[in-house]
Amino acid sequence: MSKYVIIGNGVAAAGCIEGIRSVDKDSEVTVISAEKHPVYARPLISYYLEGKTTLEKMNYRSEDFYEKNKAELIYASADKIDAKKSEVTYGSKKVRFDKLCIAAGSSPFVPPMKGLDTVKHQFTFMTMDDSLALEKALKKDSRVLIIGAGLIGLKCAEGIFERVGSVTVVDLADRVLSSILDNECAAVVQKHLENKGMKFLLSDSVDSFEKHTAKMKSGEKVEFDILVLAVGVRANTQLAKDAGADVNRGIIVENNMKTSLDNIYAAGDCTEGYDSSIGANRVLAILPNAYMQGYCAGVNMAGGEQSITNAIPMNSIGFFGLHCVSAGSYFEKGEGEIAESKCCGGIKRLYIKDNKLTGYIIIGDVTGAGIYTSLVREKTDLCDVDVDKLKKDATLAMFLPETRRKKLGGVV
Amino acid sequence: MKRVYVNEQWCLGCHLCEYNCAFANSGMTDMVKALKAKPIYPRVHIEQSDDITYAVSCRHCKDPLCVKSCIAGAISKQDGVVKVDKTKCVGCLTCVLVCPYGAVRPGPDGAANKCELCLENSCGEPACVKGCPNNAIVYEERQDEK
Repeated sequence: MSKYVIIGNGVAAAGCIEGIRSVDKDSEVTVISAEKHPVYARPLISYYLEGKTTLEKMNYRSEDFYEKNKAELIYASADKIDAKKSEVTYGSKKVRFDKLCIAAGSSPFVPPMKGLDTVKHQFTFMTMDDSLALEKALKKDSRVLIIGAGLIGLKCAEGIFERVGSVTVVDLADRVLSSILDNECAAVVQKHLENKGMKFLLSDSVDSFEKHTAKMKSGEKVEFDILVLAVGVRANTQLAKDAGADVNRGIIVENNMKTSLDNIYAAGDCTEGYDSSIGANRVLAILPNAYMQGYCAGVNMAGGEQSITNAIPMNSIGFFGLHCVSAGSYFEKGEGEIAESKCCGGIKRLYIKDNKLTGYIIIGDVTGAGIYTSLVREKTDLCDVDVDKLKKDATLAMFLPETRRKKLGGVV
Repeated sequence: MKRVYVNEQWCLGCHLCEYNCAFANSGMTDMVKALKAKPIYPRVHIEQSDDITYAVSCRHCKDPLCVKSCIAGAISKQDGVVKVDKTKCVGCLTCVLVCPYGAVRPGPDGAANKCELCLENSCGEPACVKGCPNNAIVYEERQDEK
């Protein structure tokens, strides 16, 4: 019998529990959760504000998840990991482990901004509690200022848009969703949001706040009632760092999710693992990655063998019915072929280099997009793919007949 | 387990599978009322490559990426069948982003729509297979190739 401890209780932790139980049905599992909720679908906090889900439906797993998996759930903050003694301290208590998984997630990053302390209604947007707190402050005529036009800032903007008077989004970058979209695609999304009535101040940042006024570096002044800080997130690495683990922007993990410390694994948004699209380590703070890393860590903790070598950045996100999907890595004009097509107000850009699809973005009709994603993930040599068909539609028609027959006629 | 497989050399490209699928999942008893003059959202679709046509539907993968990637915890695999809990789905289409077969599509309500083998609708067995006039879609057990 082994004793497993998991720090954190998000999707990576749920994956870890399921990974452990795929190998070891009996040993004790203890989950230490700083958030006082059973595991929930974190990205749904904006859908909750929009009225597209409820707190109950946001449960990521069934009500009996912990019981069924014989996992003990403790609501507490883990304060310290003692790698030598194999102990985790939380409050006045300690728990011993044979194998530990750090799935501590990430936290909003709030840069120092002059006068921020004078702003009464300010929020971050990472947790269910953040979402509930923000909801309480929303009024029909609220003027909301959101700092950050990334995934978190814009989903928040969409979620509250119909419930407030106005929404203005500020970002230092020159485009929206700068982490996942190129200029051309970002422009399409921005226009769509502006048509809905959202306002943007890009290539700009706040110089100082004074109560209800934000003075921008550009000289512009924005009056607001509610401030949402969605500048970015930082991996929660402190516990691992203090325990002596190798840490960069995230906790460094091998392909089997082991950290540099014996018997200690890590998974999810707190880690920096291998991103095969760039051939280097990177924090890939996306939900699918969190689950898969958690599962992989769990399998290995329990004595099984699994590794992840094909993780890539990928996102699917929509705003007011306009879908955007993206995967892989992009490059500058001239470094390869960028195949662009436009249809029905949408846009598709395929990045093709060295006979591989390195990345792509589609705004609008995303039908079949997963076929592109699999080409990026598998680094498929396009010698065996009909590139004209690939550029036209994401269908299995692009493959050789024998490849397609295997896909549709075999057990996959 | 039994799955839906495609014999593309027999496919006529008649799209009957799409209509039978949409009807079986409509919850209605009259095919005309269910489908006539309405946009349909079948869970199987016909694709064409040059002069070959073939049906595409969920492969019910052994290790489904859609299940692992669903941001809402709405997709699960039960007794070998990959299922969507439409009450939990928020229509983010992450499943569309990851499905290597292009077999998940948004349904009428925006939620993920995919083949669940007709096991819980009025047909009780895959309607696409039952109605295929040329046995181009079959429902059978095949050996794991690996």
